Amino acid sequence: MQQKSTLEQILRGVALACVIFFFMFPIFWILLMSFQTNETILRVPPSMVFEPTLTNYRSLISGTLEGSTATLEIKFMGNLWNSLFLSVTSVTVGLILGVPAAYAFAKLKFRGSEDIAFTLLSFRFAPPLLVLLPLTIYFQQLGLADTYFGLIWVYQLIVLPLILWIVRGYFEDIPSDIEYAYRIAGHGFWTTFRKIALPLAGPGIAAAGLLAFIFAWNNFIFALVLASADKQPVTVGALAFITAAGINYGQIAAGIMLSIAPTFALALYAQRYLVEGLSLGAVKG
Amino acid sequence: MSTQTTDVPRKSRFKISKRALPYVLSLPALLVCIGILIPFFTAVAYSLQRYRLSQPWAREYNWGANYLNFMTDPSFWNTLKVSMTYAFLTVGIELVLGLGIALLLQQRSRLNNFVSIMLLMPLMTAPALASLMWKLMTNPGFGILSYWATLLGIEDMKWASDPSTAMLTVVIVDVWVYTPFIMILLLAGLRSLPRQPFEAAELDRVPRLFVLWRITLPMLMPFLLTAVLFRVIESIQQFDIIYAMTQGGPGNTLTVFQVEAYLNFFQSTNIGRSAALLMILWVITYILSTIFIKNWLRLRERARGDA
Repeated sequence: MQQKSTLEQILRGVALACVIFFFMFPIFWILLMSFQTNETILRVPPSMVFEPTLTNYRSLISGTLEGSTATLEIKFMGNLWNSLFLSVTSVTVGLILGVPAAYAFAKLKFRGSEDIAFTLLSFRFAPPLLVLLPLTIYFQQLGLADTYFGLIWVYQLIVLPLILWIVRGYFEDIPSDIEYAYRIAGHGFWTTFRKIALPLAGPGIAAAGLLAFIFAWNNFIFALVLASADKQPVTVGALAFITAAGINYGQIAAGIMLSIAPTFALALYAQRYLVEGLSLGAVKG
Repeated sequence: MSTQTTDVPRKSRFKISKRALPYVLSLPALLVCIGILIPFFTAVAYSLQRYRLSQPWAREYNWGANYLNFMTDPSFWNTLKVSMTYAFLTVGIELVLGLGIALLLQQRSRLNNFVSIMLLMPLMTAPALASLMWKLMTNPGFGILSYWATLLGIEDMKWASDPSTAMLTVVIVDVWVYTPFIMILLLAGLRSLPRQPFEAAELDRVPRLFVLWRITLPMLMPFLLTAVLFRVIESIQQFDIIYAMTQGGPGNTLTVFQVEAYLNFFQSTNIGRSAALLMILWVITYILSTIFIKNWLRLRERARGDA
């Protein structure tokens, strides 16, 4: 490693501090806000000295906000539940549909497989509204408007290409000889798939599932267009929240913190998968 | 690859014929996607129609008229300009910042790893929620950033509700969310580069700036290209951050493609125009994503070759 002058060390330190400040401060500030009442939030100049309170979280979880004039009902826990339900189900469905397909694309090259895989990936990059706007009209006709089923189907638009392409890479990395040897030993295709291919691609499937969950959780536009209030996930719910009359800023902050906590926890838990997943496996993390 | 399955002995338990197998495996996924393709073709049809929900009787095919109208429609050119500006500013700033941070964190140390994990947090935040966070911080009444602006002598900074600073505000949010993405990709790229050229340069006492320009950056090029293309494709379609922040306002300062199409569809219920706008956006992203996927496939081949 190169020798570094003290000046350079200092400059590096300052730069690093600025980076950490810019990227961490908003999260830190909103976290502080979530423990404050409106009185301390509205102080000028803003200050970091205050008496922390849990009332914001308490009222969000109990679902009733004690406003100055009236008691307000907030279905924030419902939004949180919707987010969880939609993300988990979409990823499960995506894995069930996507993993076998990924295997077919990786190992059993068939006529048109490259073209189909390419088309599927290009869905990932198409403007979502292009599909969503006509779908609103179709869903109305099919009776799928504002149903979990319809939403989960549309969520496949983001979940499926991701799973397909990440998992496919992992299947391609499995040497065909291993599978071949296992099948020579007298095992059928499905047994080989279950006992050899699936476990070997396990980390890839986990990474894809994790990343798909985060994308589904963070999605905004699908539910904004297709879901009504009682099916909305937190991303859309929080937006409605900010315009609701009589809301305290501390409660908005608390709502934001509760909404981003699950993805943060997942990211911390499995950060080594994220790099590879985020780049669709273009770089090994 | 393509012949590996043909000489595998067939088992009698094997019920599905080998030729049908790939189709059986991929059919469910394909069916779901076909369900998505149908609306796509519907959108193409809408874009060729005069179709307003407020005047259902006047609905008819006008073929290219929606597209032709764009030529003389100042609000279309505004949308194009705003989208391009947004994509250019966000990706440009994110690239410079992301590259800088990646270079800063290049050496593996406990501190650097910790920082790079911390920087995942903004990326894990839903963009719509990130907008709300910054909205709370830029509130003219109590926002900390507004307070800091007054300390710098800028009185009454209105951030997203002022046409002159609205773009700046959403660009900051975008930079906050997505710079870590570029940083992570470039950091992985930097760490995957072969050591020898750098060691040789060090032995020869080549100036560090020269090493950066003539060795590091050229070798990093495929990663830079991947990151930039990926971000441009996403940025030109940005909806969440802008919609959550200002819904395209004030006025039409932030009516990027998807926001304009959304407003056209749901507010002015001009479905034909909305679909035509999205088709133009789709053409742009399709061209970019084709280049991206090709480039990315090559990169993946290389990464797997090295692994």
